[in-house]
Order: sequence, then structure tokens, then C-alpha cells
Amino acid sequence: MHMPLEDSLGINLLAANQHRAEHNREHFDAWNLLCLNVMSSPGAGKTSLLERSLAALASRWAMAVLEGDMTTLLDAERLEAVGIPVVPITTGRACHLDAAMVSGGLKLLRQRLDPAGLDILWVENVGNLVCPAEFAIGEHRKVALLSVTEGDDKPLKYPVMFREADCVLITKVDLLPHLPVDVERIEAHIRQVNPRTAVFRLSATTGEGFEAWHDWLDAQRQAVQSSPALLHA
Amino acid sequence: MHEVDMTRCLLLSMNEWKQQHAPRVPAVDRVHLEVGTFTCVEPDQLVVTWADAVKGSWLDGAELVIESVPLVGRCVRCQATYSPDPAEGFRSPCCHHPMEEIVSGRELRIRSVAYGFESAPSPTNPVSRPTAAR
Repeated sequence: MHMPLEDSLGINLLAANQHRAEHNREHFDAWNLLCLNVMSSPGAGKTSLLERSLAALASRWAMAVLEGDMTTLLDAERLEAVGIPVVPITTGRACHLDAAMVSGGLKLLRQRLDPAGLDILWVENVGNLVCPAEFAIGEHRKVALLSVTEGDDKPLKYPVMFREADCVLITKVDLLPHLPVDVERIEAHIRQVNPRTAVFRLSATTGEGFEAWHDWLDAQRQAVQSSPALLHA
Repeated sequence: MHEVDMTRCLLLSMNEWKQQHAPRVPAVDRVHLEVGTFTCVEPDQLVVTWADAVKGSWLDGAELVIESVPLVGRCVRCQATYSPDPAEGFRSPCCHHPMEEIVSGRELRIRSVAYGFESAPSPTNPVSRPTAAR
């Protein structure tokens, strides 16, 4: 038996990850770039989104990608073909990227280029609507994708992901004529769990909606490059 | 699966806490967590991964006690607090307003550690006292 004592800690369960994420964020701010954490379920169109946006924006902004994948380099190879520097991060059994993995990816990236010359660093997370929402990586903005083929109930079934997102992209809208799904209902459900998020409807196949999405990106990039510290709020 | 990574983070925090008591090693009875229901954590799974992770370590036998913190929203129109219901789209029952403000339910917090020391402390190494919440 021992004298019972009790210490109040009151610290975040994920404090260890949070500290690393803050360290990553300090780097991003020092490099004056916008870091985006792109998340969705598998197959929602993250890589297709990046392929189209990278190709469209390459003449305006310097960009690079940290590409999270559980086992393969397939997505990284697709994005390398666009001509943008890509650093693959293979997570093994982990179903999300964490701040330490991104830190490791940044070390590899720095061997290839000076991040201070970048405008945007994209981090494509592992396809998963649950875990990535809880693990900060130091990003300035969280972008969640939801494809119309996934149905309108996903924002209510996986509310934390959509609550955390600064921007939600409803993808594959070119398929709407062929699906018994109501895109208005999808957007309404997103706004029920997160009325403040930006929502755009896109098709990476036709290019529909990309102009508005890129305008939003531009606004975020300008906000970071003019006053990165404000984004800590 | 992410409960494994959450347990890893928890162990890192616990090891940091242990260092505050060095060179003595606290015998931990319980670690109290507060976990909101509007998180991606499955408490039962976290207890299982914790029990497995601490086997053979200085925390072997320490119980993980998880207090569930319910999701509570506040309607920004009428300021009433309510329990958001997924079946009702998380909207406020009073005004049917979307879930704009969350009062509680996002907690992922290590609240406290109950522990002791097997041997009596010496005068030069007094028993630590409860610390203020950080």
C-alpha cells in the first residue's frame, strides 16, 4: 500500500502529436507557405483533385506534395507525372498521417528543394473518414472531400471529419445525372455539422467548380503569406 | 486502429510526467481521461490497447479510467444548450439551427493520475503534491 496521491494534468491526450504539429507549423510559417491537409475516404478523388489543381496552378504558384499512402507509391507516381515534387510517406499499418510522419516527409523534401520557395504544400492524407480528423499535422487548413457516389448521409455518419474541415469539396458532380442522390441534401448535411465551412462542388473530370475552389485557395494563400501568425487562432 | 496511436501519445505524456518525479518511479493506480462523445475515440478500444501497451512497463497494472463527456451544443439563435442528435442532423431542437457552437464533447484530455510511492519519502525528497492543472 502507498499513500494515495493525485496529480491534475489537464493536458491533451494527443499532446505529443500536438507538440510535433506545432513544430511543423513553425516551419511552414517560417517558409511563408500555405499547408493544406487533404482528407477523405478512399476513392473520393483526392489524387484526381490534386492532378487537376496542380496542373492548373503550376504556372502561378510553386508547390510540392507530401503523399500519404498505407502501402503503395501509386498515387505519388501519378502526381510526379504532373511535374510537381512529390515525397511519398508510406504509413504501413497506420490509417492516418501524424505530425511525426509529416516531419519525416519534410526532411526528405528539404533534400530536394528549399521549402521557402514554395507557395503551397499539399499533404494528401491516407484515405479514411475517421482517424485523420483527430491528428493535427501542423496544417493551416483542413480540406475534406466527399464524392457524390458516397451518398448524402456521410456528413452525419462521420461528423467529426466534416466539423473539422475548413473547406469541403463535393466531388464527382459530373456523375450526378446517373445517381439517385441529391447534392443539395449532401451540402445541407455538411452545413448542419459545420455551418462555417466553405463548400464547393467539383468535377475533376470536366473541371466544373475548379475556378471557385482555386479562388478560395488563393485567398487562403494570401492570408498565410500576409499574416501567418493569425492562422494559429 | 488509431487508438493504438492515441495510446502511444498517452504513454509519451505519462513518461514525461514520470520524469517530474525522478529519480523515484511513481506506482500508478489509475489514469483518468476525459473523452468527448464527439471525437473519433472508442473508449473500450482505448482501454484494451492501453492494457496491452503497459504490460511489463512501469505502468503495468495501472487502470485507465475514461469519463465520457457528452456532446452539448448551444443554439446561436436562442442561446439554449441542447444534446445534438445525429438522427436530427445535430440541429437545435428549439430553432432547428445547424450545430454552430459546441459546448462540450470534443474533449481528449488526460485529467489526472492517481499514484503513490512504494517506499516512504526521505526528508530531502518529499512526496509530491497534487499539481495545478496545466
